[in-house]
Amino acid sequence: MKRGKELFASDITWKEITPGGVIPDAGNAEHFHTGDWRSMKPIWLKEKCKQCLLCYPVCPDTSILIDKDGKRVDFDYNHCKGCGICVKVCPFKAIDFVEEV
Amino acid sequence: MGIRERLSGNEATAYAMKQINPDVVAAFPITPSTEVPQYFSTYVANGEVDTEFVAVESEHSAMSACIGAAAAGARAMTATSANGLALMWELLYIASGSRLPIVMACINRALSAPINIHNDHSDSMGARDAGWIQLYSENCQEAYDNMLMAHRIGEHPDVMLPVMVCQDGFITSHAIENIELVETEKVRAFVGEYKPQYYLLNKQNPVSMGPLDHFTHYFEHKRQQAEAMKNAKRVILEVAEEFYKLTGRRYGLFEEYKTEDADVCIVVLNSTAGTAKYVADKMRQEGKKVAVIKPRVFRPFPVDEIAQALSKFKAIAVMDKADSFNAAGGPLFTEVTSAMYAKGVFGPKVINYIYGLGGRDVRADDIEFIFNKLINIAETGKVDSVYNYIGVRE
Repeated sequence: MKRGKELFASDITWKEITPGGVIPDAGNAEHFHTGDWRSMKPIWLKEKCKQCLLCYPVCPDTSILIDKDGKRVDFDYNHCKGCGICVKVCPFKAIDFVEEV
Repeated sequence: MGIRERLSGNEATAYAMKQINPDVVAAFPITPSTEVPQYFSTYVANGEVDTEFVAVESEHSAMSACIGAAAAGARAMTATSANGLALMWELLYIASGSRLPIVMACINRALSAPINIHNDHSDSMGARDAGWIQLYSENCQEAYDNMLMAHRIGEHPDVMLPVMVCQDGFITSHAIENIELVETEKVRAFVGEYKPQYYLLNKQNPVSMGPLDHFTHYFEHKRQQAEAMKNAKRVILEVAEEFYKLTGRRYGLFEEYKTEDADVCIVVLNSTAGTAKYVADKMRQEGKKVAVIKPRVFRPFPVDEIAQALSKFKAIAVMDKADSFNAAGGPLFTEVTSAMYAKGVFGPKVINYIYGLGGRDVRADDIEFIFNKLINIAETGKVDSVYNYIGVRE
């Protein structure tokens, strides 16, 4: 029986799919790339970033992640939907907002 | 072996439920099924079962609660009729699409409008595409026996589909008959425990149920459901074979009554089949070779077997206690003729009689009339009318 992101594969056959669409994993929203829906894209300007972390809590998609040292890293573009809240919130203009190509 | 009792169809159904001792019963009353949860709730109140009885506010809620319970991993049952079944309509599809083996007693009653509390098959026939297994019962014994077999069919891992056991409202549900019950320990051993592979209250393998499917996945889920319904036929026969060993009572996909040497046959469901068999006996004494076929399993529809069984007759009348209002013929007629045509059985002439709607009495005379019509068709090869009503005042 398929599990995890194999269940989302667009070529999964009727024999492999779970009965009644049962989802046999927890926390599998991660496998669905909502980032594909983006039309605008934030760009992290690392040199300007002061690591104030004001952007991190406002991201509705948890697409600004923190490393083990408590510093933000680049965007999770698989899940960033390009809402631009982080762009608005950044006091140092360290996030650019461009059209998704 | 067995316990001799005298019970009505509703009493026998409630008694079967008591013996099965399901985890949850969620039900709402409607004539003539009310007595099923009513008698069952007495067993609950007296502590004779371990069931959680949920008195819900509507049949829609009854089926919702059963779905929730079954999804959690519980064995869930309910009972209803007519507009109660109709109110559950969206949930019937959800139960089957979610592959939850809920068992329901459908005490057949006419759908409104106009309001009618008496027996016909419009309720369960209206639900025939909902993906439920449908078993039809001629009398109290069959209603009881089908109820005992239902879980073994629906819960089988190759099936995992909900099952409705149908019986005629008032005619069977309220008629007291001599029946033979199975001892409770034997029932429990036969029905066994519900062991779902996926259930919500599973800490080791937590799952989510009821997802959204896009056009990328819905079709594969439905194909899987279709395969389950195909498998159900085999499982129904296997369970019947085990039931025969347990009780000595034989059940198949349909009953063939005096079909070996007959030229003409009536196909009819539920209690009217009893009257038809009585009429067949009477006419046989007059030397007329008539037969009756009484389907037990309507979903899945036993296409191969029905077509094979009907192929030998010259003329067949399908009696329908429901109309599809398709200006062509009732549901059983449509299923039977479609099966015959699909299997290349072109020989027999088949006609349809809509009868008994809203509980209109169907008499031995009516059935005799139909048999004589069939004998005439067999002799002349001529059919004057395919889609007919019998018993209505012209």
